[in-house]
Amino acid sequence: MNWSAIAAIYRFEMARFFRTLAQSFLSPVLSTSLYFVVFGTAIGSRIQEVEGVSYGAFIVPGLIMLSVVMLAITNASFGIYFPKFLGTIYELLSAPVNFIEIVIGYVGAAATKSLFVGLVILVTANFFVDIRIEHPLAMAAFLVLTCLSFSLLGFIIGIWASNFEQISLVPQLVVTPLIFLGGTFYSISMLPPLWQTITLFNPVVYLISGFRWSFYGLADVPITFSLLAILAFTGICLGIIGWIFKTGWRIRS
Amino acid sequence: MTTILSIKDLRKSYADGFEALKGVSLDIEEGEILALLGPNGAGKTTLISTVCGITTPTSGSVTAGGHDIQTEFRAARKMIGLVPQEIALEPFETVWNTVRFSRGLFGYGSDNARIEEILRKLSLWDKRKNSIKELSGGMKRRVLIAKALAHEPRILFLDEPTAGVDVELRKDMWEIVAELKQAGVTIILTTHYIEEAEAIADRVGVIDKGELLLVQDKDTLMAQMGKKQIEVMLTDPITDIPDSLSAHNLTLNGNGRALVYTYDTNADRTGITTLLNDVAQAGLVLSDVQTRQSSLEEIFVNLVSGEAV
Ligand SMILES: Nc1ncnc2c1ncn2[C@@H]1O[C@H](COP(=O)(O)OP(=O)(O)O)[C@@H](O)[C@H]1O
Ligand SMILES: [Mg+2]
Repeated sequence: MNWSAIAAIYRFEMARFFRTLAQSFLSPVLSTSLYFVVFGTAIGSRIQEVEGVSYGAFIVPGLIMLSVVMLAITNASFGIYFPKFLGTIYELLSAPVNFIEIVIGYVGAAATKSLFVGLVILVTANFFVDIRIEHPLAMAAFLVLTCLSFSLLGFIIGIWASNFEQISLVPQLVVTPLIFLGGTFYSISMLPPLWQTITLFNPVVYLISGFRWSFYGLADVPITFSLLAILAFTGICLGIIGWIFKTGWRIRS
Repeated sequence: MTTILSIKDLRKSYADGFEALKGVSLDIEEGEILALLGPNGAGKTTLISTVCGITTPTSGSVTAGGHDIQTEFRAARKMIGLVPQEIALEPFETVWNTVRFSRGLFGYGSDNARIEEILRKLSLWDKRKNSIKELSGGMKRRVLIAKALAHEPRILFLDEPTAGVDVELRKDMWEIVAELKQAGVTIILTTHYIEEAEAIADRVGVIDKGELLLVQDKDTLMAQMGKKQIEVMLTDPITDIPDSLSAHNLTLNGNGRALVYTYDTNADRTGITTLLNDVAQAGLVLSDVQTRQSSLEEIFVNLVSGEAV
Protein backbone atom coordinates (compact mmCIF):
# COMPACT_ATOMS: atom_id res chain seq x y z
CA MET A 1 0.00 0.00 0.00
CA ASN A 2 1.17 3.49 -0.88
CA TRP A 3 0.04 5.12 2.37
CA SER A 4 1.74 8.36 1.60
CA ALA A 5 -0.34 8.67 -1.58
CA ILE A 6 -3.55 8.03 0.36
CA ALA A 7 -2.51 10.70 2.85
CA ALA A 8 -1.63 13.11 0.05
CA ILE A 9 -5.02 12.70 -1.64
CA TYR A 10 -6.86 12.94 1.67
CA ARG A 11 -4.95 16.02 2.70
CA PHE A 12 -5.42 17.70 -0.67
CA GLU A 13 -9.16 17.05 -0.60
CA MET A 14 -9.50 18.23 2.98
CA ALA A 15 -7.64 21.42 2.06
CA ARG A 16 -10.48 22.23 -0.33
CA PHE A 17 -12.83 21.87 2.65
CA PHE A 18 -10.75 23.99 4.99
CA ARG A 19 -10.42 26.76 2.41
CA THR A 20 -14.16 27.22 2.73
CA LEU A 21 -14.48 26.21 6.36
CA ALA A 22 -16.81 29.06 7.27
CA GLN A 23 -19.10 28.05 4.44
CA SER A 24 -18.85 24.37 5.31
CA PHE A 25 -19.75 25.23 8.87
CA LEU A 26 -22.35 27.94 8.44
CA SER A 27 -24.53 26.40 5.80
CA PRO A 28 -25.53 23.29 7.82
CA VAL A 29 -26.08 25.45 10.91
CA LEU A 30 -28.28 27.79 8.94
CA SER A 31 -30.27 25.11 7.14
CA THR A 32 -30.82 23.13 10.33
CA SER A 33 -32.08 26.23 12.10
CA LEU A 34 -34.41 26.89 9.17
CA TYR A 35 -35.81 23.38 9.35
CA PHE A 36 -36.59 23.85 13.02
CA VAL A 37 -38.20 27.19 12.43
CA VAL A 38 -40.28 25.98 9.47
CA PHE A 39 -41.03 22.35 10.28
CA GLY A 40 -40.68 22.48 14.03
CA THR A 41 -42.95 25.49 14.41
CA ALA A 42 -45.38 25.08 11.55
CA ILE A 43 -45.89 21.34 11.67
CA GLY A 44 -44.82 20.86 15.25
CA SER A 45 -47.71 23.02 16.37
CA ARG A 46 -50.07 20.43 14.84
CA ILE A 47 -48.11 17.27 15.52
CA GLN A 48 -46.93 17.63 19.05
CA GLU A 49 -45.54 14.19 19.60
CA VAL A 50 -44.64 11.15 17.60
CA GLU A 51 -44.64 7.99 19.64
CA GLY A 52 -43.78 9.82 22.80
CA VAL A 53 -41.03 12.00 21.32
CA SER A 54 -41.51 15.69 20.63
CA TYR A 55 -41.83 16.37 16.91
CA GLY A 56 -38.77 18.61 16.85
CA ALA A 57 -36.61 15.93 18.41
CA PHE A 58 -38.21 13.26 16.24
CA ILE A 59 -36.99 14.84 12.99
CA VAL A 60 -33.37 15.32 14.13
CA PRO A 61 -32.05 11.90 12.98
CA GLY A 62 -33.76 12.33 9.61
CA LEU A 63 -32.37 15.83 9.19
CA ILE A 64 -28.87 14.62 9.91
CA MET A 65 -29.27 11.78 7.41
CA LEU A 66 -30.66 14.13 4.79
CA SER A 67 -27.64 16.43 4.94
CA VAL A 68 -25.05 13.74 5.44
CA VAL A 69 -26.26 11.67 2.51
CA MET A 70 -26.46 14.63 0.14
CA LEU A 71 -23.07 15.97 1.21
CA ALA A 72 -21.36 12.60 1.02
CA ILE A 73 -22.58 12.14 -2.53
CA THR A 74 -21.75 15.68 -3.63
CA ASN A 75 -18.33 15.77 -1.99
CA ALA A 76 -17.21 12.44 -3.34
CA SER A 77 -18.59 12.93 -6.82
CA PHE A 78 -17.05 16.37 -7.22
CA GLY A 79 -13.84 15.16 -5.60
CA ILE A 80 -13.14 12.68 -8.37
CA TYR A 81 -14.98 14.52 -11.14
CA PHE A 82 -12.85 17.67 -10.77
CA PRO A 83 -9.57 15.93 -11.65
CA LYS A 84 -11.29 14.47 -14.69
CA PHE A 85 -12.69 17.86 -15.63
CA LEU A 86 -9.46 19.79 -15.00
CA GLY A 87 -7.30 17.10 -16.55
CA THR A 88 -5.27 16.69 -13.37
CA ILE A 89 -6.28 13.03 -13.27
CA TYR A 90 -3.24 12.36 -15.49
CA GLU A 91 -1.18 12.54 -12.34
CA LEU A 92 -3.25 10.00 -10.44
CA LEU A 93 -3.05 7.64 -13.39
CA SER A 94 0.70 7.98 -13.82
CA ALA A 95 1.53 7.72 -10.12
CA PRO A 96 2.46 4.49 -8.34
CA VAL A 97 -1.00 4.20 -6.82
CA ASN A 98 -3.71 1.67 -7.45
CA PHE A 99 -7.41 2.28 -7.60
CA ILE A 100 -8.00 1.11 -4.03
CA GLU A 101 -5.67 3.79 -2.73
CA ILE A 102 -7.38 6.42 -4.87
CA VAL A 103 -10.78 5.34 -3.54
CA ILE A 104 -9.63 5.37 0.08
CA GLY A 105 -8.19 8.87 -0.35
CA TYR A 106 -11.21 10.45 -2.03
CA VAL A 107 -13.95 8.52 -0.26
CA GLY A 108 -12.22 8.92 3.09
CA ALA A 109 -12.08 12.69 2.65
CA ALA A 110 -15.70 12.95 1.46
CA ALA A 111 -16.87 10.79 4.36
CA THR A 112 -14.92 12.90 6.85
CA LYS A 113 -16.47 16.10 5.54
CA SER A 114 -19.99 14.77 5.69
CA LEU A 115 -19.39 13.32 9.15
CA PHE A 116 -18.24 16.72 10.29
CA VAL A 117 -21.39 18.34 8.94
CA GLY A 118 -23.53 15.62 10.54
CA LEU A 119 -22.00 16.41 13.91
CA VAL A 120 -22.48 20.15 13.39
CA ILE A 121 -26.17 19.55 12.74
CA LEU A 122 -26.46 17.37 15.82
CA VAL A 123 -24.94 20.07 17.98
CA THR A 124 -27.05 22.80 16.38
CA ALA A 125 -30.24 20.79 16.85
CA ASN A 126 -29.34 20.40 20.49
CA PHE A 127 -29.91 24.12 20.92
CA PHE A 128 -33.47 23.84 19.68
CA VAL A 129 -34.72 20.58 21.13
CA ASP A 130 -33.86 18.00 23.76
CA ILE A 131 -32.02 15.14 22.18
CA ARG A 132 -31.21 11.90 23.86
CA ILE A 133 -29.10 9.16 22.37
CA GLU A 134 -30.05 5.78 23.78
CA HIS A 135 -27.58 3.73 21.76
CA PRO A 136 -24.53 5.93 21.14
CA LEU A 137 -22.42 3.16 19.61
CA ALA A 138 -25.13 2.21 17.14
CA MET A 139 -25.63 5.89 16.40
CA ALA A 140 -21.94 6.35 15.62
CA ALA A 141 -21.85 3.18 13.54
CA PHE A 142 -24.90 4.18 11.47
CA LEU A 143 -23.56 7.66 10.94
CA VAL A 144 -20.10 6.53 9.88
CA LEU A 145 -21.45 3.77 7.64
CA THR A 146 -23.84 6.22 5.99
CA CYS A 147 -21.04 8.72 5.36
CA LEU A 148 -18.87 5.99 3.89
CA SER A 149 -21.42 4.20 1.76
CA PHE A 150 -22.88 7.34 0.22
CA SER A 151 -19.39 8.67 -0.41
CA LEU A 152 -18.76 5.44 -2.30
CA LEU A 153 -21.93 6.07 -4.29
CA GLY A 154 -20.80 9.64 -4.94
CA PHE A 155 -17.43 8.39 -6.13
CA ILE A 156 -19.14 6.07 -8.60
CA ILE A 157 -21.30 8.95 -9.84
CA GLY A 158 -18.23 11.15 -10.24
CA ILE A 159 -16.47 8.48 -12.30
CA TRP A 160 -19.58 7.91 -14.41
CA ALA A 161 -20.44 11.56 -15.00
CA SER A 162 -19.21 13.29 -18.09
CA ASN A 163 -20.60 16.71 -17.22
CA PHE A 164 -21.71 18.74 -14.22
CA GLU A 165 -25.43 18.20 -14.89
CA GLN A 166 -25.06 14.46 -14.53
CA ILE A 167 -23.43 14.90 -11.15
CA SER A 168 -26.43 16.69 -9.69
CA LEU A 169 -28.87 14.42 -11.52
CA VAL A 170 -28.70 11.43 -9.19
CA PRO A 171 -28.82 13.34 -5.90
CA GLN A 172 -31.67 15.55 -7.07
CA LEU A 173 -33.79 13.12 -9.03
CA VAL A 174 -33.25 9.98 -7.02
CA VAL A 175 -31.82 10.58 -3.60
CA THR A 176 -33.75 13.67 -2.50
CA PRO A 177 -37.20 12.15 -3.17
CA LEU A 178 -36.18 8.91 -1.50
CA ILE A 179 -35.06 10.77 1.59
CA PHE A 180 -38.14 12.97 1.80
CA LEU A 181 -40.38 9.96 1.31
CA GLY A 182 -38.22 7.85 3.61
CA GLY A 183 -39.66 9.01 6.90
CA THR A 184 -37.42 11.96 7.59
CA PHE A 185 -40.29 14.12 8.74
CA TYR A 186 -42.83 11.52 9.75
CA SER A 187 -43.19 8.03 11.11
CA ILE A 188 -44.19 5.38 8.59
CA SER A 189 -46.96 4.34 10.94
CA MET A 190 -48.65 7.69 10.23
CA LEU A 191 -49.23 6.66 6.58
CA PRO A 192 -52.25 4.75 5.21
CA PRO A 193 -51.61 0.96 5.05
CA LEU A 194 -51.02 0.83 1.27
CA TRP A 195 -48.39 3.55 1.45
CA GLN A 196 -46.77 1.85 4.39
CA THR A 197 -46.19 -1.20 2.17
CA ILE A 198 -44.94 0.83 -0.79
CA THR A 199 -42.59 2.76 1.45
CA LEU A 200 -40.87 -0.45 2.50
CA PHE A 201 -39.30 -0.58 -0.99
CA ASN A 202 -37.52 2.66 -0.27
CA PRO A 203 -34.06 1.75 1.04
CA VAL A 204 -33.72 5.08 2.84
CA VAL A 205 -36.54 4.06 5.20
CA TYR A 206 -34.26 1.42 6.70
CA LEU A 207 -31.47 3.89 7.11
CA ILE A 208 -33.50 6.57 8.85
CA SER A 209 -35.43 4.08 10.93
CA GLY A 210 -32.23 2.50 12.20
CA PHE A 211 -30.64 5.83 12.89
CA ARG A 212 -33.70 7.08 14.74
CA TRP A 213 -33.77 3.87 16.78
CA SER A 214 -30.24 4.61 18.00
CA PHE A 215 -31.56 7.93 19.34
CA TYR A 216 -34.97 7.15 20.79
CA GLY A 217 -35.38 3.40 20.54
CA LEU A 218 -38.17 4.02 18.00
CA ALA A 219 -38.06 2.12 14.71
CA ASP A 220 -40.36 1.67 11.71
CA VAL A 221 -38.59 -1.54 10.73
CA PRO A 222 -36.59 -3.99 12.85
CA ILE A 223 -33.10 -2.72 13.61
CA THR A 224 -31.43 -5.80 12.11
CA PHE A 225 -33.11 -5.00 8.78
CA SER A 226 -31.68 -1.51 8.95
CA LEU A 227 -28.22 -2.82 9.64
CA LEU A 228 -28.46 -5.37 6.83
CA ALA A 229 -29.73 -2.73 4.45
CA ILE A 230 -26.84 -0.35 5.02
CA LEU A 231 -24.31 -3.18 4.88
CA ALA A 232 -25.84 -4.48 1.64
CA PHE A 233 -25.76 -1.00 0.15
CA THR A 234 -22.11 -0.59 1.11
CA GLY A 235 -21.40 -4.01 -0.40
CA ILE A 236 -23.07 -3.12 -3.69
CA CYS A 237 -21.11 0.14 -3.96
CA LEU A 238 -17.86 -1.68 -3.22
CA GLY A 239 -18.75 -4.27 -5.84
CA ILE A 240 -19.32 -1.61 -8.49
CA ILE A 241 -16.08 0.10 -7.54
CA GLY A 242 -14.25 -3.20 -7.80
CA TRP A 243 -15.64 -3.65 -11.28
CA ILE A 244 -14.55 -0.12 -12.28
CA PHE A 245 -11.12 -0.94 -10.94
CA LYS A 246 -10.87 -4.09 -13.05
CA THR A 247 -12.10 -2.58 -16.28
CA GLY A 248 -10.74 0.96 -15.98
CA TRP A 249 -14.22 2.10 -17.01
CA ARG A 250 -14.35 5.81 -17.81
CA ILE A 251 -10.87 6.32 -16.39
CA ARG A 252 -8.23 4.78 -18.61
CA SER A 253 -8.75 4.75 -22.34
CA MET B 1 25.62 3.06 -21.90
CA THR B 2 22.71 1.36 -20.19
CA THR B 3 19.21 1.27 -21.52
CA ILE B 4 16.86 2.90 -19.03
CA LEU B 5 13.64 2.68 -20.99
CA SER B 6 12.84 -0.07 -23.41
CA ILE B 7 9.75 0.00 -25.61
CA LYS B 8 9.00 -3.13 -27.62
CA ASP B 9 6.49 -3.37 -30.43
CA LEU B 10 4.06 -1.09 -28.65
CA ARG B 11 0.62 -0.87 -30.18
CA LYS B 12 -2.34 1.20 -29.12
CA SER B 13 -5.80 1.12 -30.62
CA TYR B 14 -8.33 3.48 -29.10
CA ALA B 15 -11.89 2.40 -28.29
CA ASP B 16 -13.08 3.75 -31.64
CA GLY B 17 -10.71 1.31 -33.36
CA PHE B 18 -8.20 3.94 -34.40
CA GLU B 19 -4.66 2.59 -34.25
CA ALA B 20 -2.58 5.45 -32.87
CA LEU B 21 0.60 3.41 -32.37
CA LYS B 22 1.50 0.77 -34.91
CA GLY B 23 4.26 -1.19 -33.28
CA VAL B 24 6.78 1.25 -31.87
CA SER B 25 10.12 -0.09 -30.61
CA LEU B 26 12.63 2.20 -28.99
CA ASP B 27 15.48 1.93 -26.49
CA ILE B 28 16.45 5.00 -24.55
CA GLU B 29 19.87 5.32 -22.99
CA GLU B 30 20.37 6.59 -19.50
CA GLY B 31 21.19 10.29 -19.40
CA GLU B 32 20.35 11.17 -22.97
CA ILE B 33 17.94 13.72 -24.36
CA LEU B 34 15.74 12.25 -27.02
CA ALA B 35 13.52 14.49 -29.08
CA LEU B 36 10.48 12.89 -30.65
CA LEU B 37 9.63 14.90 -33.68
CA GLY B 38 6.34 14.54 -35.46
CA PRO B 39 3.40 16.46 -36.86
CA ASN B 40 0.13 16.85 -34.93
CA GLY B 41 -1.69 13.57 -34.54
CA ALA B 42 1.47 11.52 -35.12
CA GLY B 43 0.99 9.62 -31.87
CA LYS B 44 3.55 11.38 -29.66
CA THR B 45 1.17 11.99 -26.77
CA THR B 46 -0.28 8.50 -27.11
CA LEU B 47 3.20 7.02 -26.86
CA ILE B 48 3.95 9.01 -23.71
CA SER B 49 0.54 8.30 -22.17
CA THR B 50 0.99 4.60 -22.73
CA VAL B 51 4.46 4.51 -21.21
CA CYS B 52 3.28 6.55 -18.21
CA GLY B 53 0.20 4.46 -17.51
CA ILE B 54 -2.48 6.93 -18.54
CA THR B 55 -3.69 4.66 -21.30
CA THR B 56 -3.30 0.90 -21.45
CA PRO B 57 -1.34 -0.59 -24.33
CA THR B 58 -3.15 -2.89 -26.75
CA SER B 59 -0.02 -5.00 -27.11
CA GLY B 60 3.71 -4.77 -26.68
CA SER B 61 5.79 -4.13 -23.61
CA VAL B 62 7.62 -1.33 -21.88
CA THR B 63 10.20 -1.54 -19.12
CA ALA B 64 11.59 1.36 -17.12
CA GLY B 65 14.84 0.58 -15.32
CA GLY B 66 14.05 -3.08 -15.99
CA HIS B 67 10.61 -2.88 -14.39
CA ASP B 68 7.63 -3.78 -16.54
CA ILE B 69 5.16 -0.88 -16.56
CA GLN B 70 2.21 -3.18 -16.01
CA THR B 71 3.34 -5.99 -13.74
CA GLU B 72 5.71 -3.81 -11.70
CA PHE B 73 3.90 -0.54 -12.18
CA ARG B 74 4.90 0.92 -8.83
CA ALA B 75 8.62 0.55 -9.34
CA ALA B 76 8.37 1.63 -12.97
CA ARG B 77 6.25 4.71 -12.33
CA LYS B 78 8.40 5.90 -9.44
CA MET B 79 11.21 6.34 -11.95
CA ILE B 80 9.15 8.39 -14.36
CA GLY B 81 8.02 12.00 -14.26
CA LEU B 82 5.57 13.46 -16.73
CA VAL B 83 4.94 17.01 -17.84
CA PRO B 84 1.75 16.84 -19.88
CA GLN B 85 1.02 18.75 -23.04
CA GLU B 86 -2.01 20.58 -21.67
CA ILE B 87 -1.85 22.68 -18.53
CA ALA B 88 -3.90 20.83 -15.92
CA LEU B 89 -3.78 22.17 -12.38
CA GLU B 90 -6.10 22.67 -9.44
CA PRO B 91 -6.70 26.45 -9.69
CA PHE B 92 -7.41 27.21 -6.04
CA GLU B 93 -4.51 25.36 -4.49
CA THR B 94 -1.16 26.97 -3.73
CA VAL B 95 2.01 26.19 -5.64
CA TRP B 96 3.60 24.68 -2.56
CA ASN B 97 0.70 22.36 -1.75
CA THR B 98 0.36 21.30 -5.36
CA VAL B 99 3.98 20.22 -5.53
CA ARG B 100 3.85 18.58 -2.12
CA PHE B 101 0.79 16.63 -3.25
CA SER B 102 2.72 15.23 -6.20
CA ARG B 103 5.55 14.13 -3.98
CA GLY B 104 3.15 12.37 -1.64
CA LEU B 105 1.36 10.70 -4.50
CA PHE B 106 4.60 9.06 -5.56
CA GLY B 107 5.14 7.65 -2.11
CA TYR B 108 7.48 10.19 -0.55
CA GLY B 109 6.96 12.09 2.66
CA SER B 110 6.93 15.84 2.33
CA ASP B 111 10.55 16.93 2.42
CA ASN B 112 10.47 20.71 2.72
CA ALA B 113 14.10 21.19 1.79
CA ARG B 114 13.70 19.13 -1.36
CA ILE B 115 10.53 20.95 -2.41
CA GLU B 116 12.24 24.28 -1.77
CA GLU B 117 15.16 23.22 -3.95
CA ILE B 118 12.84 22.29 -6.81
CA LEU B 119 10.82 25.50 -6.53
CA ARG B 120 13.98 27.58 -6.49
CA LYS B 121 15.38 25.78 -9.50
CA LEU B 122 12.24 26.62 -11.44
CA SER B 123 12.08 30.23 -10.19
CA LEU B 124 8.83 29.48 -8.38
CA TRP B 125 10.03 30.12 -4.85
CA ASP B 126 8.55 33.62 -4.68
CA LYS B 127 5.23 32.25 -5.88
CA ARG B 128 5.03 29.33 -3.49
CA LYS B 129 2.14 30.82 -1.52
CA ASN B 130 0.22 32.00 -4.55
CA SER B 131 -2.68 29.97 -5.76
CA ILE B 132 -2.31 28.50 -9.22
CA LYS B 133 -4.99 30.71 -10.73
CA GLU B 134 -2.87 33.78 -9.99
CA LEU B 135 0.00 32.54 -12.15
CA SER B 136 0.80 33.33 -15.77
CA GLY B 137 0.75 30.57 -18.37
CA GLY B 138 4.52 30.28 -18.29
CA MET B 139 4.53 29.96 -14.51
CA LYS B 140 1.89 27.26 -14.69
CA ARG B 141 4.12 25.29 -17.02
CA ARG B 142 6.91 25.60 -14.49
CA VAL B 143 4.57 24.30 -11.80
CA LEU B 144 3.86 21.28 -13.99
CA ILE B 145 7.58 20.65 -14.26
CA ALA B 146 8.03 21.12 -10.52
CA LYS B 147 5.29 18.56 -9.91
CA ALA B 148 6.92 16.12 -12.28
CA LEU B 149 10.27 16.57 -10.52
CA ALA B 150 8.83 16.36 -7.01
CA HIS B 151 9.57 12.66 -6.72
CA GLU B 152 13.03 12.96 -8.24
CA PRO B 153 12.37 10.85 -11.32
CA ARG B 154 15.23 9.41 -13.36
CA ILE B 155 13.25 9.64 -16.57
CA LEU B 156 11.36 12.79 -17.49
CA PHE B 157 8.81 13.10 -20.27
CA LEU B 158 8.10 16.58 -21.55
CA ASP B 159 5.17 16.60 -23.94
CA GLU B 160 5.55 19.67 -26.13
CA PRO B 161 7.02 21.77 -23.33
CA THR B 162 7.38 24.83 -25.52
CA ALA B 163 4.23 24.70 -27.62
CA GLY B 164 2.70 28.14 -27.56
CA VAL B 165 5.18 29.68 -25.14
CA ASP B 166 7.12 32.86 -25.85
CA VAL B 167 10.73 32.90 -26.97
CA GLU B 168 12.08 33.81 -23.56
CA LEU B 169 10.31 30.98 -21.80
CA ARG B 170 11.41 28.58 -24.49
CA LYS B 171 15.02 29.50 -23.84
CA ASP B 172 14.40 29.02 -20.12
CA MET B 173 12.93 25.59 -20.80
CA TRP B 174 15.98 24.60 -22.80
CA GLU B 175 18.16 25.71 -19.92
CA ILE B 176 16.12 23.71 -17.44
CA VAL B 177 16.42 20.67 -19.67
CA ALA B 178 20.17 21.13 -19.91
CA GLU B 179 20.44 21.37 -16.12
CA LEU B 180 18.39 18.25 -15.64
CA LYS B 181 20.60 16.40 -18.06
CA GLN B 182 23.59 17.57 -16.04
CA ALA B 183 21.94 16.06 -13.00
CA GLY B 184 21.70 12.75 -14.83
CA VAL B 185 18.01 12.75 -15.71
CA THR B 186 17.04 11.03 -18.94
CA ILE B 187 14.75 13.26 -20.95
CA ILE B 188 12.29 12.43 -23.67
CA LEU B 189 10.60 15.44 -25.15
CA THR B 190 8.18 15.75 -27.98
CA THR B 191 8.02 18.74 -30.19
CA HIS B 192 7.02 19.80 -33.60
CA TYR B 193 9.60 22.55 -33.59
CA ILE B 194 12.60 21.31 -35.47
CA GLU B 195 14.87 23.98 -33.99
CA GLU B 196 14.08 22.61 -30.60
CA ALA B 197 15.25 19.13 -31.46
CA GLU B 198 18.23 20.62 -33.20
CA ALA B 199 19.11 22.80 -30.23
CA ILE B 200 18.86 20.41 -27.31
CA ALA B 201 18.56 16.77 -28.34
CA ASP B 202 21.26 14.12 -28.37
CA ARG B 203 19.14 11.86 -30.50
CA VAL B 204 16.15 12.52 -32.67
CA GLY B 205 13.27 10.20 -33.37
CA VAL B 206 10.81 10.95 -36.13
CA ILE B 207 7.29 9.66 -35.64
CA ASP B 208 4.40 9.90 -38.05
CA LYS B 209 1.03 8.13 -38.30
CA GLY B 210 1.84 5.94 -35.32
CA GLU B 211 5.14 4.70 -36.68
CA LEU B 212 8.64 5.53 -35.64
CA LEU B 213 10.32 6.34 -38.94
CA LEU B 214 13.82 6.62 -37.57
CA VAL B 215 15.86 7.25 -34.46
CA GLN B 216 19.32 8.56 -34.84
CA ASP B 217 22.07 10.50 -33.24
CA LYS B 218 21.31 14.09 -34.11
CA ASP B 219 24.72 14.94 -35.53
CA THR B 220 24.93 11.72 -37.53
CA LEU B 221 21.46 12.30 -38.80
CA MET B 222 22.27 15.75 -39.98
CA ALA B 223 25.54 14.66 -41.50
CA GLN B 224 24.04 11.61 -43.18
CA MET B 225 20.91 13.14 -44.42
CA GLY B 226 22.22 16.64 -44.73
CA LYS B 227 23.12 17.56 -48.24
CA LYS B 228 25.41 20.51 -48.55
CA GLN B 229 25.18 23.03 -51.27
CA ILE B 230 27.85 25.27 -52.55
CA GLU B 231 26.91 28.45 -54.31
CA VAL B 232 29.41 29.97 -56.68
CA MET B 233 28.76 33.66 -57.29
CA LEU B 234 29.85 35.03 -60.64
CA THR B 235 31.05 38.50 -61.42
CA ASP B 236 29.24 38.55 -64.77
CA PRO B 237 25.82 36.90 -65.15
CA ILE B 238 25.39 34.10 -67.68
CA THR B 239 22.27 32.83 -69.43
CA ASP B 240 23.26 29.18 -69.92
CA ILE B 241 25.48 26.82 -68.05
CA PRO B 242 28.50 26.06 -70.27
CA ASP B 243 28.54 22.49 -71.67
CA SER B 244 31.91 21.87 -70.08
CA LEU B 245 30.19 22.06 -66.65
CA SER B 246 27.25 19.77 -67.45
CA ALA B 247 28.80 16.83 -65.57
CA HIS B 248 28.36 18.69 -62.28
CA ASN B 249 24.55 18.92 -62.48
CA LEU B 250 24.52 22.61 -61.64
CA THR B 251 21.54 24.87 -61.43
CA LEU B 252 21.58 28.51 -62.23
CA ASN B 253 20.30 30.97 -59.66
CA GLY B 254 20.17 34.64 -58.84
CA ASN B 255 19.48 35.90 -62.39
CA GLY B 256 22.43 33.98 -63.77
CA ARG B 257 24.82 35.22 -61.14
CA ALA B 258 25.03 32.03 -59.07
CA LEU B 259 25.86 28.42 -59.84
CA VAL B 260 24.48 25.98 -57.27
CA TYR B 261 26.22 22.66 -56.73
CA THR B 262 24.80 19.98 -54.43
CA TYR B 263 27.09 17.39 -52.87
CA ASP B 264 27.10 14.76 -50.18
CA THR B 265 29.31 15.54 -47.21
CA ASN B 266 29.86 11.81 -46.64
CA ALA B 267 31.13 11.06 -50.12
CA ASP B 268 34.82 10.18 -50.55
CA ARG B 269 35.22 13.00 -52.99
CA THR B 270 32.96 15.97 -52.80
CA GLY B 271 33.98 17.12 -56.24
CA ILE B 272 34.49 20.69 -55.14
CA THR B 273 38.06 20.99 -56.40
CA THR B 274 37.14 19.70 -59.85
CA LEU B 275 34.13 21.96 -59.93
CA LEU B 276 36.10 25.07 -59.11
CA ASN B 277 38.79 24.10 -61.65
CA ASP B 278 36.18 23.54 -64.34
CA VAL B 279 34.49 26.83 -63.54
CA ALA B 280 37.80 28.62 -63.97
CA GLN B 281 38.50 26.65 -67.18
CA ALA B 282 35.17 27.77 -68.56
CA GLY B 283 36.40 31.31 -68.22
CA LEU B 284 33.98 32.37 -65.49
CA VAL B 285 35.16 34.78 -62.82
CA LEU B 286 34.16 34.07 -59.23
CA SER B 287 33.15 36.85 -56.88
CA ASP B 288 32.19 34.73 -53.89
CA VAL B 289 31.57 31.16 -52.66
CA GLN B 290 29.03 30.12 -50.01
CA THR B 291 28.08 26.78 -48.51
CA ARG B 292 24.76 25.85 -46.98
CA GLN B 293 23.73 22.74 -45.05
CA SER B 294 20.15 21.45 -45.12
CA SER B 295 18.49 21.74 -41.73
CA LEU B 296 16.68 19.08 -39.73
CA GLU B 297 13.55 20.73 -41.00
CA GLU B 298 14.25 19.73 -44.58
CA ILE B 299 15.22 16.23 -43.47
CA PHE B 300 12.03 16.00 -41.52
CA VAL B 301 9.83 17.22 -44.31
CA ASN B 302 11.48 14.73 -46.65
CA LEU B 303 10.94 11.87 -44.21
CA VAL B 304 7.34 12.62 -43.43
CA SER B 305 6.44 13.09 -47.06
CA GLY B 306 8.13 9.76 -47.73
CA GLU B 307 10.81 10.96 -50.13
CA ALA B 308 13.88 9.96 -48.25
CA VAL B 309 15.35 7.07 -46.18
N1 LIG C 1 -8.80 9.12 -26.64
C1 LIG C 1 -8.68 9.00 -27.98
N2 LIG C 1 -9.61 8.31 -28.67
C2 LIG C 1 -9.49 8.17 -30.01
N3 LIG C 1 -8.50 8.66 -30.76
C3 LIG C 1 -7.54 9.36 -30.11
C4 LIG C 1 -7.58 9.56 -28.69
N4 LIG C 1 -6.50 10.28 -28.33
C5 LIG C 1 -5.82 10.51 -29.48
N5 LIG C 1 -6.43 9.96 -30.55
C6 LIG C 1 -5.98 10.00 -31.95
O1 LIG C 1 -4.71 9.39 -32.00
C7 LIG C 1 -3.86 10.08 -32.90
C8 LIG C 1 -2.59 10.46 -32.19
O2 LIG C 1 -2.87 11.46 -31.25
P1 LIG C 1 -1.76 12.06 -30.31
O3 LIG C 1 -1.03 10.94 -29.68
O4 LIG C 1 -2.40 13.03 -29.40
O5 LIG C 1 -0.83 12.80 -31.36
P2 LIG C 1 0.29 13.92 -31.14
O6 LIG C 1 0.56 14.03 -29.68
O7 LIG C 1 1.47 13.41 -31.91
O8 LIG C 1 -0.23 15.18 -31.72
C9 LIG C 1 -4.65 11.26 -33.41
O9 LIG C 1 -5.16 10.93 -34.69
C10 LIG C 1 -5.77 11.42 -32.43
O10 LIG C 1 -6.92 11.91 -33.05
MG1 LIG D 1 0.41 15.60 -28.46
